[in-house]
Amino acid sequence: MVKTTGISSPKHPIAPHVGLRELARGFFKIGLFGFGGVGPMSRYVIVEDRKWMSEKEYAAVLGIGQILPGGNVLNAAVIIGDLARGPMGALTALAALLTMPLAIVIALALAYARFATLPQVATAIGGCASAAAGLVIGTSCKMAWRVRPGAIPVGFGLLAFLTVGPLRLSLIPCVLTLIPLSIAGVWLRHRHER
Amino acid sequence: MKDEHLLWRIATTFASLSLVSVGGLPAVLPEMHRQIVNVLGWMDDTTFTSLFAIAQAAPGPNMLVSSLIGWKVSGFAGMGIATAAVILPPAVLALVVGRILKDLGDAPWIGLAKEGLTPVAIGFFLAGGFVMSRAANHNWTAEAITAASALFVFLTDQNPFWALAGAAALRLALGG
Repeated sequence: MVKTTGISSPKHPIAPHVGLRELARGFFKIGLFGFGGVGPMSRYVIVEDRKWMSEKEYAAVLGIGQILPGGNVLNAAVIIGDLARGPMGALTALAALLTMPLAIVIALALAYARFATLPQVATAIGGCASAAAGLVIGTSCKMAWRVRPGAIPVGFGLLAFLTVGPLRLSLIPCVLTLIPLSIAGVWLRHRHER
Repeated sequence: MKDEHLLWRIATTFASLSLVSVGGLPAVLPEMHRQIVNVLGWMDDTTFTSLFAIAQAAPGPNMLVSSLIGWKVSGFAGMGIATAAVILPPAVLALVVGRILKDLGDAPWIGLAKEGLTPVAIGFFLAGGFVMSRAANHNWTAEAITAASALFVFLTDQNPFWALAGAAALRLALGG
């Protein structure tokens, strides 16, 4: 097994007892109880329940996960698994995190195939679909409210909404232009303030 | 032969979506909808929004809506391919970047990148909600349900599952 760098060093951000089995157990739990998103559950299991890393270290790992594409918690799982036990650890963390959710998704797919044609079921799912759209809208507003970005980032956020939402432009060019510009804007402002 | 072509198309579609999913899946909802419903014509609005609603009701990373879409398009082979395609490219990237950044510690530019990236990601999320509501809602009751569930998550810290359950119950009670 890959013995990753600096397990004995005090700077190492993860508890030394975290082996493959412990990773599997912890991430399985995160996937199992992560109703409505795995974010909160992930922090709880890693920081409070299994005590793999401190709040601050977890925030740093999640921060990297947030600036990369893909699910934040999935990215954090890969990085934490790798920190603990190398690529095998990353694979274990990812697989354990996805086991239960995938099993449930398969069950839901089978139920959908069987019952979606029933009028009542179609009606109920239709209601859920309207609500699910609302959940995305409400969560976005909540995030914006909590972050309280400055005028320049708000401008870029609005531009992101308009181009991809009402204007239905393709996401890829919008990502490739708006994100570098927004980061450059933030950087210039910080430099100006200094 | 045709099947292989379809599976390949599922793989490339979800892999490319995964690499632009800034901040997570909600950011790619508009593009996913555009590709799968409008460009590729794999399913209609109702099916797409239904699968999204089902994925929201399940625990776990919301990336798994891709698994359901893959399954609907091409059975369990499609599910496996879509899941792998949406999970693995960002995972490999996270592994590589995680290793590079591990030695850098709390580099100040990470905070800077996050500060610039977050509002854009939120804008994409909101666009995702907008596109999903346009695809899901065909009458005023549906619009009202969307508005109510948006207010529910905005104003409370309750589990969003209740919004889904409440909406399903309400539609059933109204008889469609």
